[in-house]
Amino acid sequence: MLRKIRIVLAAIFFLGIIWLFVDFTGLAHVWLGWMAKIQFLPAVLALNVGVFVGLAALTLALGRVYCSIICPLGVMQDLFAWLGRKTRKNRYCYSKPKNWLRYPMLVLFVVLMLLGAGGIASLIAPYSAFGRIAQSLLQPLWIWGNNLCALAAEHLDSYAFYSADVWLKSLPVLIIAVVTLVVLAVLAWRNGRTYCNTICPVGTVLGFISRFSLLKPVIDTSKCNSCGLCARNCKASCINSKEHQIDYSRCVACMDCLENCRQGAISYSIPIRKRKNSESQDRSSENIDKSKRAFVTGSAVALSTAAIQAQKIKVDGGLAAVEDKKVSKRKTRIVPPGSLSINNLSQHCTGCQLCVSECPNGVLRPSTSLMNLMQPEMSFERGFCRPECNRCSQVCPTGAIRPITVEQKSSTQIGHAVWIRCNCVAVHADHPCGLCARKCPVGAIEMVPMTHKGREVMVPAVNEEKCIGCGKCENLCPARPFSAIYVEGHESHKEI
Amino acid sequence: MSKISRREFIKRLGAGAAVVGTSTLAGCDSPTSSTSSSDSVLPDIPTDKMTYRRDPGTGTKVSILGYGCMRWPMKPKENGEGEELDQEQINRLVDTAIAHGVNYFDTSPVYCQGQSEHATGIALSRHDRSEYQIATKLSNFSPDAQTHEGTVRMYRNSFKELQVDYLDYLLLHAIGGNIEDFNRRFVDNGIMDFLKAEKEAGRIRNIGFSFHGQQSVFDQLMQFHDEGKYHWDFVQIQMNYLDWLHAGVQSKYLYDELTRRNIPVVIMEPLLGGRLSKVNDHILREMKSREPERTAASWAFRFCGTMENVMTILSGMTYMEHLEDNLRTFCPFTALSSEELDFLEEMAVEIMTYPTIPCTGCQYCMPCPYGLNIPGIFAHYNKCVNDGMMPASSQDPEYARLRKAFLVGYDRSVPRLRQADHCLGCRQCVEHCPQHIDIPQQMDRIDEFVEKLKQGKSVTE
Repeated sequence: MLRKIRIVLAAIFFLGIIWLFVDFTGLAHVWLGWMAKIQFLPAVLALNVGVFVGLAALTLALGRVYCSIICPLGVMQDLFAWLGRKTRKNRYCYSKPKNWLRYPMLVLFVVLMLLGAGGIASLIAPYSAFGRIAQSLLQPLWIWGNNLCALAAEHLDSYAFYSADVWLKSLPVLIIAVVTLVVLAVLAWRNGRTYCNTICPVGTVLGFISRFSLLKPVIDTSKCNSCGLCARNCKASCINSKEHQIDYSRCVACMDCLENCRQGAISYSIPIRKRKNSESQDRSSENIDKSKRAFVTGSAVALSTAAIQAQKIKVDGGLAAVEDKKVSKRKTRIVPPGSLSINNLSQHCTGCQLCVSECPNGVLRPSTSLMNLMQPEMSFERGFCRPECNRCSQVCPTGAIRPITVEQKSSTQIGHAVWIRCNCVAVHADHPCGLCARKCPVGAIEMVPMTHKGREVMVPAVNEEKCIGCGKCENLCPARPFSAIYVEGHESHKEI
Repeated sequence: MSKISRREFIKRLGAGAAVVGTSTLAGCDSPTSSTSSSDSVLPDIPTDKMTYRRDPGTGTKVSILGYGCMRWPMKPKENGEGEELDQEQINRLVDTAIAHGVNYFDTSPVYCQGQSEHATGIALSRHDRSEYQIATKLSNFSPDAQTHEGTVRMYRNSFKELQVDYLDYLLLHAIGGNIEDFNRRFVDNGIMDFLKAEKEAGRIRNIGFSFHGQQSVFDQLMQFHDEGKYHWDFVQIQMNYLDWLHAGVQSKYLYDELTRRNIPVVIMEPLLGGRLSKVNDHILREMKSREPERTAASWAFRFCGTMENVMTILSGMTYMEHLEDNLRTFCPFTALSSEELDFLEEMAVEIMTYPTIPCTGCQYCMPCPYGLNIPGIFAHYNKCVNDGMMPASSQDPEYARLRKAFLVGYDRSVPRLRQADHCLGCRQCVEHCPQHIDIPQQMDRIDEFVEKLKQGKSVTE
């Protein structure tokens, strides 16, 4: 029964989060945005104390149910593990905790985060790893399916579906997603929750807490006949059936052992402490308690300091070919309004790709630079940052992109336009242009006269103080393949 | 714009549907008689009933329905890059037209991305030369084609493409911007003298011009005719029941001037590029309630045919059903009564109240050097206006639905890279538009409209 409840809840969360990532209409986050915001690491990065305390309390009460229900990467591994058990029953066995790996991994993760190399650190972060898989691999499938529906709708003259573009946002992220998926699938298939108990920083932190959880699977030694079935079906490899002991730091409270035990010897309950060991156990728990507290406060302090640091003959008809635009090489990358600064973004972002999959304008894509790997940045070949849209800021669970209103956004300067004389149509063609000036939503571009090769032409002049860096000029500029006007990012955003 | 409430819209739609429903049943005294027979419900079109008008100059019989070869059907190229004319379909259309007595075919070296003459030539050369008359044009629009040599080369090439050794009708294409333009293209380079000699040599039977533009230029050309400087055997003008009284240069004026001089008139744009066949629902209802079995297009054609000095009415029939519908209208043709003419004038006034853009989809503006699909953008906008699907106030309960329909439909009909926001105002298209639409201005206006919709704001025009 408990197992069934776990499975149902896990399915709800899993499908919900998948929908959140594949959805491109902006509908999912209205209903399910909270599912991303209650993820552990995003909540820590967002300094979302409520969620953090809530999850800690949940773990203290029920054990690592977070890992079995809320964490989408955990549920995904359970799926692969389930498939693995289909091919070979009773395939697991008890193994000792690999503390030599899990604690250094946690330390490495925290250090990398503090050094501002969040991009690299988040390679092993569970929620964002899942996000990358969903965004890179599932969203294209979803959109293609949608586009088929749109095609059908078009034939039926219905506007229920509209088609959306599928485009490769970043090859490295796609490769990372595929590699992550393959590695996790193989590990989960063979040994269950290996990743969660050796590499995952969240698993290690929650493992600290779950040792002291109120409710946990307990083996009743009076009933147990030491058949070992529980251990051979434990994906966390944490049941030492010979010693009748369970390593609660690794137990993800999946309740599988409860159902597998034919003697009914395992129950999910408050353990009754045996007198004999109680003293020593108390002491150890005290020690651990202290270390836990130290860790939590330490990391909180570390993270908050990180946050403070932040801030020919003409014929009729036919269509002229339109060359695709190429990405302008920017000195400073552009990060979305609401992210406050490049620093703030790098320190909070786990690279989960939720904003990237949400962006309806084809503007956000994951960075490919090593230090900011997988973190969002903007470019305007496919669209521009539309004034009425603030969806990335609404979905971001980590506070890397803070919620921003449409009004605030229109006065937030994230960069400024730069004119490139040698590309400009107005300079080289025999007719005027001025498209950038006419379409600028904040009126930051004015056409001014200039003499070019003895001929007076009108060229765009950017008012850098007024420009908010929305990229409309870059997007619409007729010069190809490189725009004659492009946006340079600002390290810190400011209100104008 | 005149707003239509949702209820009214649905009412009109329902009425339209009901009318269409009855039209297929009308005239069936015993419902079983037509459906039980093995023949199709629609009667066959007679092949010997085409109405002909006589060309007063040469005495030739010209079918009142002329085939405009500007809108031949296209198909994707086999290599997947772009489109080409669908020769097989064109052959079928030409065969059907000739079998029903159509004998006037109007083309130009620039139509259908320059492929029209070639394809028309292939289709027609399969018939006897006496069965059809060819009209083609001197379409020397680009400056390097405006020299004597360039123009003559274009002229000679038409013979080759059309596989003929004489042309029945040759038109100076799209005259009317200004008289200097006319002089540059045809007078200063000696082309008018050349054409005169060609006519005397029998390689051209009739010389005329097609007119789009300023009334002063038209008057000037008429004056040339009166003075005997140039003789116009025929003139092609844009005429239909909307332009008759409601255009910058009224068709009525042009028609009367030509009739006064006994110059036969060839009609182009009788449907305004489909605007008069795809009329607003409630106008269609008015028409159907008078003649349930006739299409809106047939009203427009009959209007032109009712004018007796009209020699032929050109229709760019892309599909067999267009051809068949037109054949039904003209085999034989029945003129409109004066009461029916008044009715059409009422409809014209009604149509003028809809803020559509007067684009006929002729593609003269294309290709836009910056890749915009100009006629596609106008067609989508007009469709929404005509269907009463224009979003207005954001407070309107229908706003969200109409907004979505407009924006989703816009992306469906025109790829984003080819939409109005990419118009940079180079104005190269403007001089090519025979309807004198200020295309860049309209592009800006439509883009403003789209921007407001995208931002969810009210749209008031």
